Amino acid sequence: MSWDESALSLLVALPLLGALALLVAGRRADRWASGFAVAIQGAGLAVAMVLLGGFDTARSDEMQFVVDQRWVPELDLHFRLGIDGVSLPLVVLTSLLGFLGAVYTLRHLPATGRPRAFAGLLLLLQVGMLGTFVSLDLLLFFVFFEVVLIPMWFLIAFWGEGERRRAANVFILYTVLGSMVMLAGFLWVWSQTGTTDMVALATLGGAGMSSAVQLGAVLLIGLGLAVKAPMWPLHTWLPDAHTAAPTVGSVLLAGVLLKMGTYGLARIAIPILPEGFASVAPYLAALAVVGIVYGAFASYGQRDLKRLIAFSSVGHMGFVLFGLSTVDPIGVNAALFGNIAHGLITGLLFFIVGGIKERTQTTVIKDLPRGLYQKAPRLGFIFGFACIASLGLPGLAGFWGEFLALLGAYSPGVPERLLYRVLLVIAALGMVLTAAYFLRIMRRLGQGRPLGEPLADISPSEAASWLPLAALIVVLGIFPGLLFNLTAPTVDRWLAATSISAQGD
Amino acid sequence: MGIQSVDLWVMAPTITLALGALLALLVDLFVAGAGKASRSAAGVTAVVAVVVATALLPQSVDEVTLCAGQNCAYAVGALTVAVQLVVLVGTATVLLMSLVSVDDTRTPSGEYYFLLLCSASGAMLVAAATDLVTVLVAIEVVSLPTFALIAMNRGDRRSGEGALKAFLYSVASVAVSFYGLALLYGSLGTVSLVPISLLTTNTNPTPIGATGLVLILAVIAFKAAAVPFHAWAPDAYEAAPVPIAAYLSVVSKAVGFAALIQVVAAFAAWEQIWAPVVAALAILTMVFANVIALRQRGVVRLLAWSSVAQAGYILVPFAAVVGGLAGAESALPAVIGYLVGYAALNLGVFAVVTIASRGRTDLRIADMRGLAWQSPWLGLTLAFFLAGLAGLPPALIGLFIKVQVIAVPISTGAWIVVAVMVMATVTGLAYYLRFAAVLFARPSDATFERSELGVSAGPAHVALGAMLFLTIALSVAPSLALGLLDRL
Repeated sequence: MSWDESALSLLVALPLLGALALLVAGRRADRWASGFAVAIQGAGLAVAMVLLGGFDTARSDEMQFVVDQRWVPELDLHFRLGIDGVSLPLVVLTSLLGFLGAVYTLRHLPATGRPRAFAGLLLLLQVGMLGTFVSLDLLLFFVFFEVVLIPMWFLIAFWGEGERRRAANVFILYTVLGSMVMLAGFLWVWSQTGTTDMVALATLGGAGMSSAVQLGAVLLIGLGLAVKAPMWPLHTWLPDAHTAAPTVGSVLLAGVLLKMGTYGLARIAIPILPEGFASVAPYLAALAVVGIVYGAFASYGQRDLKRLIAFSSVGHMGFVLFGLSTVDPIGVNAALFGNIAHGLITGLLFFIVGGIKERTQTTVIKDLPRGLYQKAPRLGFIFGFACIASLGLPGLAGFWGEFLALLGAYSPGVPERLLYRVLLVIAALGMVLTAAYFLRIMRRLGQGRPLGEPLADISPSEAASWLPLAALIVVLGIFPGLLFNLTAPTVDRWLAATSISAQGD
Repeated sequence: MGIQSVDLWVMAPTITLALGALLALLVDLFVAGAGKASRSAAGVTAVVAVVVATALLPQSVDEVTLCAGQNCAYAVGALTVAVQLVVLVGTATVLLMSLVSVDDTRTPSGEYYFLLLCSASGAMLVAAATDLVTVLVAIEVVSLPTFALIAMNRGDRRSGEGALKAFLYSVASVAVSFYGLALLYGSLGTVSLVPISLLTTNTNPTPIGATGLVLILAVIAFKAAAVPFHAWAPDAYEAAPVPIAAYLSVVSKAVGFAALIQVVAAFAAWEQIWAPVVAALAILTMVFANVIALRQRGVVRLLAWSSVAQAGYILVPFAAVVGGLAGAESALPAVIGYLVGYAALNLGVFAVVTIASRGRTDLRIADMRGLAWQSPWLGLTLAFFLAGLAGLPPALIGLFIKVQVIAVPISTGAWIVVAVMVMATVTGLAYYLRFAAVLFARPSDATFERSELGVSAGPAHVALGAMLFLTIALSVAPSLALGLLDRL
C-alpha cells in the first residue's frame, strides 16, 4: 500500500494501537503511560504534519489520501477515508490539541490518578475525533461519532469534579439520543439513494430525493448534529459537562467534540441535502442568533469561571451555525474558520482556567484572587490574551469567523434576506455583549490590588502546551488566508452544485 | 404414498444432541463417586456431544429427509443452519458455564445435563420443521426440560416459584396456540408450511384463519419473552441457576424467533393479519421492558429485563412490514444478524455473572462495585459486552446489529417503530451505563475477595474467552453476523 492510501488509516490506527497497548500492558504501565501517550500523540501530530505538507492545495476541493475498502456489504458500509480543504484543518487541530493535552497531562494529572486508564481513554477519544473528520461514508461517520462517547463519559465521570456522574450521564444520553436520530436520517438517505458514499452523495446534490425526503432527512440529521454543536435550545448538557470535566477533557470537548457537530452540518447537510438545508436554514439562523445572544447573557450572569467559558462557547458556536445557515460562500467559509478559531481560543481558555483552578482550588469567580497581572504576570497576560481573542478583537483568530459570518448574512443564499439582516443586527449586538462580559472578567481577575497568597506563574509544561495555541491564534488572525484558501474551493463547489446560491445573488 | 426415505445424516446434529442427552445420563450413572471428576463427567460428555453435533452440521443447504412423496417432515435451509448454529454455540457456552455452577451447588449432574441437551435437541428441530404441528411440539420439547432446570437451583426458595410461573405461562400459551392451530387446520385444511404459503397467497384470510394465526403467535411471544407474554421471565431467570438463565435468554429466545420466522414466511401473504400484531408486540416490548429495567437492582433481574427489551429490537424488522411486503426481504437477515450478535454479547455477560455469582444466591448490582479494578479481566469484559448490548463502541457488533434492524422500518416508512426504537435505545443506555459505572467505582470492602474469583472456574473462563473472541471477530467482520443467512 502506498503512503497516500495508508496515511489516513495510520492516523486513525495510531491512537487505537496505543490504547490497546496500554490496555494489555497491565498495572505496571502506570509509570510510563503518560509519557507513552505523548509519544503516540506526537507521532500522530507528525503524521498530520506530513499530511499537511503533502496536501495538494491546488486541488483542495478534491478528496486526497483516499482509501476505500469494503467493510460491511450488508449495510453498504465502506471504510472510506479522505481529506479535503475543509477536513484538513480540523485534522491538524485535533492532532495538535490531542498532543498538547498529552503534554499537559505529564505534569497535571487529575486527582483521580490512574494515568494508564486516563491516557488510554484520551487515545480512544482521539480515534473517534480523527475518524469523524476523515470519514467519507455516512455510516462510518456515525461509527466514529459514537466512538468518542464512552471515553468522554469515563473522563467526565471518573476524572471530573463536582456533580460529575450526573453531568457525564446527561452528556452521553443527550448525545446518543441525537446520534440515533441522526442515524435514522442517514439510513433514510441510504434507502432513498442506495449509497452512503459522501462524495457520491455530494455529487448527486440531493438528486433522487424528493423535497419532502430532503427536508425530513435534514431535520433528523441536523437535530443529531445540533445537539453536538450545540445549538440553542439543545445546549443544556454542555455547561454541566464542561464544569465537571477535567481540564484536558474540557479542552477537547470545546476544541474538537463540538466541531464534530458543525463539521457534520457543513459536510453532510449542505452538499448532500441542499434543498432541505435551504428550507431549514432560516430557522437554523434564528436559533443560532438566539444562541449568540443567550450565550452572551448567560455568560454575563455566571458565577463560575468554567461555566462562563462554557456558555461563551454556546455563543461562539452560534456564530458558526449562523455562518453555515447563510448558505453563502462568505458565511460558510467564515463558519469553517470560526470552527478552527474557537477550537484554538476556547481550548486555550480551558487550559488556563484549569491552571488557575489548580492553583486556587476553585473556579468560583467571587473567590478567585484579584490582581493576576501583578501576581503572576505571564499567567495574567495569557489569560487576558485568550479573553481578548475570544471577544473577537481584529488581528486575532476570533475576529474573522464572526465578522465574516455577519458579512455573509448580509447577502444570504436563501430568499429570506430581510430576516437575515435583522438577525445580523442582533448577532452584532451579541458580539458587543460578548466583549462586555469578557472585559468584565478580565478586569475582575486581572486588575485590582493583589491580596492574599502569592500565585505561581506559568510552569514550563503549561507554557509548552499553551504557547503553540497562542501562536496559532496570532498567525491565523494576521493571515486568515491560510485557512480561507483551503476551505474556499470546497465551499464554492458545494454551493455551485446547488441552484440555491445562484438564487441569492 | 411412497416409502419414507430417511437420510440420517441430514438430521445428524439433532440426533447427536438427543443421543448425547442419554449418554450423559448413563455416564453419570456409571462414573460413581462423589468427587469433582464424577460430577463433571456428564458435563464433559454433553460438551463433546455439542461439539460433534456442530461438526455434523450440513455443509450444503436445501436438503430434506423423512419424505413421503413431495412432503418432507425435515428440511434444512439456510435459516435452519443459522438457527442451529446459534443453538449449538449457545448450548456449548451454557454447558461450559454449567461445569462451574453445577459443581459449586452440588446439583445432580446427570439429570441436569440430560435435561439441558433434551431441550437443545428440540431447539435444533424448530427451524427444520416443515409443518406447524412439529414447530409447536418442538417448542414444547425446548420448554418442558427448562422448567425442571429452573427448579434445580437448590438452596433457593424462589426456585420452585420461578419454575411454576414459567410452567403455567407456557401451558397457557401452548394451549392457546394449539387452539389456534386447530382453527387454522379447519380453515385451510393443512398444517404444512409450504402448502399454507401457496394457499394463503391465493386466498384472503377468513376470520377463523386469521384468529388461528394470531393465537399461534401467543406461544411464539412466550418463547421470545415479548411483552405481554414476558411476565414469567424475570422470576424464572432469577430463580434459575445462572447458566440456565443464559440458556433461556439466548437459546430459548432464538427458538421463539425461529418459529416466528417459520410462521411469518408461511403466512407472508397474510401480512395484514400478523404484521400489526408483531408491531404491537415490538412497541410494547421496547417501551415496557426498558422502563422497568431502569428500576432493577438485582444483576440477573436486570439482565432478564434487558433480554426482554432486546427481544423488542429483534421484532422490529417484522414490525416494519406494515408498509408493504418489501420490508420482509431485508427483515430476515436483520433478525438473524441481531440474534447472532445478541447471543455473543449476552452469553458473554452471563459468563461473567456466572463467575462473579459463585457461592451467592442473590447478586445485586451494588455487589459488583469495583470489579474492574479487582479483576480487570472480568470487569472490563463485562463492560465491553454491556456497551455492545447498549449499541455503543467498542463492541461494534452491538452497534451494527442495531443499525441493520432500524434500517428496515426506515426503508418501509414505519416511523412510529423507528421513533420507539430510538427512545428505547437511549433508555436502555441509561441502565447499561449505570451497571457499567458500578464496575469502575472505587471498591468497597463488601465486595469480592480476589481469591474468591477465578478459582477452579476454568470452564466458565473458557466460555467467557470464547465469547470475547467471537464478539471481537464479529466487530471486525460484522458480515459474519449480518450476512450469515446469505452465506449459508
